[in-house]
Amino acid sequence: MKISTDEVTKIAHLARLEVEPSQKEKMAEQLSHILGYIDKLKDVDVEGVKLSSGAAFMNNVLREDEVKESPGPLVTLANAPQRDEDFYIVPRVVK
Amino acid sequence: MEYHELTIESAGKLLASHQISSFDLTSALIDRIEKYDDEIRSFIIVDKTMALEQAKKADQDIADNKILPLTGVPIALKDLLCTKGIKTTCGSQILNDFIPQYDGTIVNKLKKNGAVIIGKTNLDEFGMGSSTENSSYQITTNPWNKDHVPGGSSGGSAAAVSARFCCAALGTDTGGSIRQPSSHCGVVGLKPTYGRVSRFGLVSYASSLDQIGPITKNVKDAAILMNIISGHDAMDSTSAKVDVPDFTRAFDKFEKGSLKGMTVGIPKEYLCVDGIDPEVEKVFNEAKRIFEDLGVKIKEISLPHTDYVVAAYYIIAPSEASSNLARFDGVKYGFREKVSDDLIDMYKKTKSKGFGPEVKRRIMIGTYALSAGYYDAYYGRASKVRTLIMEDFSKAFGTCDFILSPVAPAPAFKIGENMDDPLTMYLTDIFTLSANMAGIPGISVPAGFSSKGLPIGIQMMGRRFDELSLLRAGYGFEETIGLDKKFPDF
Repeated sequence: MKISTDEVTKIAHLARLEVEPSQKEKMAEQLSHILGYIDKLKDVDVEGVKLSSGAAFMNNVLREDEVKESPGPLVTLANAPQRDEDFYIVPRVVK
Repeated sequence: MEYHELTIESAGKLLASHQISSFDLTSALIDRIEKYDDEIRSFIIVDKTMALEQAKKADQDIADNKILPLTGVPIALKDLLCTKGIKTTCGSQILNDFIPQYDGTIVNKLKKNGAVIIGKTNLDEFGMGSSTENSSYQITTNPWNKDHVPGGSSGGSAAAVSARFCCAALGTDTGGSIRQPSSHCGVVGLKPTYGRVSRFGLVSYASSLDQIGPITKNVKDAAILMNIISGHDAMDSTSAKVDVPDFTRAFDKFEKGSLKGMTVGIPKEYLCVDGIDPEVEKVFNEAKRIFEDLGVKIKEISLPHTDYVVAAYYIIAPSEASSNLARFDGVKYGFREKVSDDLIDMYKKTKSKGFGPEVKRRIMIGTYALSAGYYDAYYGRASKVRTLIMEDFSKAFGTCDFILSPVAPAPAFKIGENMDDPLTMYLTDIFTLSANMAGIPGISVPAGFSSKGLPIGIQMMGRRFDELSLLRAGYGFEETIGLDKKFPDF
């Protein structure tokens, strides 16, 4: 699998990352190298094999709906980089 | 007796019988950290005031005869576990100022059992790495030889136990991050069965693989910590409702030959893995002989999909990481790059400045693998291969009680040696990834040294929820080889 620098730009945008122009070539090379190795998965016959989502015992766990105390906005927002009382401040979304 | 020589078990006895105080023990260990950790760099944070306060409280509890299994015992935590009021960085600049508002379930359990939290240890950023070189704060060195890495990602915890800065530590293991640094630092590390230990308050890397577990000076201490950290937690939906045995029962009436009746499986595929160091092979063969002497039957088994484990893991783990780490966007907590007035641009600049190269690389791989048009070819296929890996282990455990293998193909490498070659670094995880993929428990126990004096461990993997057999076999091995008494000479 060969990843181009254009693909690096595209993946980075999907991941909300920026890759420095000077680093794109190296990133493309490293990703190609890693994905090239991963291509060996194509050799495995997976016909009819079930997907595994993990190693947990997944069955439904139900419980009564109970009202519990909430930590409240002071605690929840304590680590906000920027806030106004009970609100997070973010750059304007609607222009 | 010197304070730094104490284990959980021996410190507990001396504390309970009033022969030492937790204050003196904790102070002595903090002095030792101040004296030697400049070179080892195992701790990111040591909160001396808080630790000594907890120690004083423990002494009061002991005076009042309120003695719990960890009362007054200093324990270190990997800095990926949320601690109320103490910075939790995950080794990342993006959480440089993050102070959790709650204790994770396991931190809470330790405190409820009287433990003194002595500090938070260094790690590869968010647990992504095998050498602790990916921490954005410092590079931890191997206490046995400071030119070498301690392994990773729980390298700080393993180095801190090996340097005897604490009685024991907790690490986390997504692909070997407890077992591999334990092997490289000559200490005991146990990754429990998936679901055995609550992950609530553990910052997620790859949620279907992550587990918290003990890193200790000997096998008995691992059992003591397992008794405390195991059990169902309503706060973690993947935590298992399974009975928790008394793990210290593994040591009842142990004597030579008491492992009789057990069968150990040796996977034939593991013996032809490329690049196994002859010294690792020698230690492994010697371990096999020791188990034979202990009355264990040796059986060759097959894990046919071994050759695909690394490839499947390096799709599944980065995919989960790309989703989990999306939360670090500069809005709710952590670092925010303030230069921008556009939301998407703010996300991008925040993440690009906050994450280190390996984290970015894994987010990129995961995003690619999950992106439109590639999902079936990568994530879908890797998940099916994971099913086949799980089936390999189920079949194998039909004919053996535990599986013996090396932990890493070679002893700890030199700092900087593999930094420019991510794939080579990934390939060194070959023996440890399977336990995470299959959700089974694995333990690393010291088994020997290289000619350069670097520790080499062996790994035992067991059936789901059968940590007891691993502790029993591990203890038998440790009693025979006696390496639990060997530590770096300082």
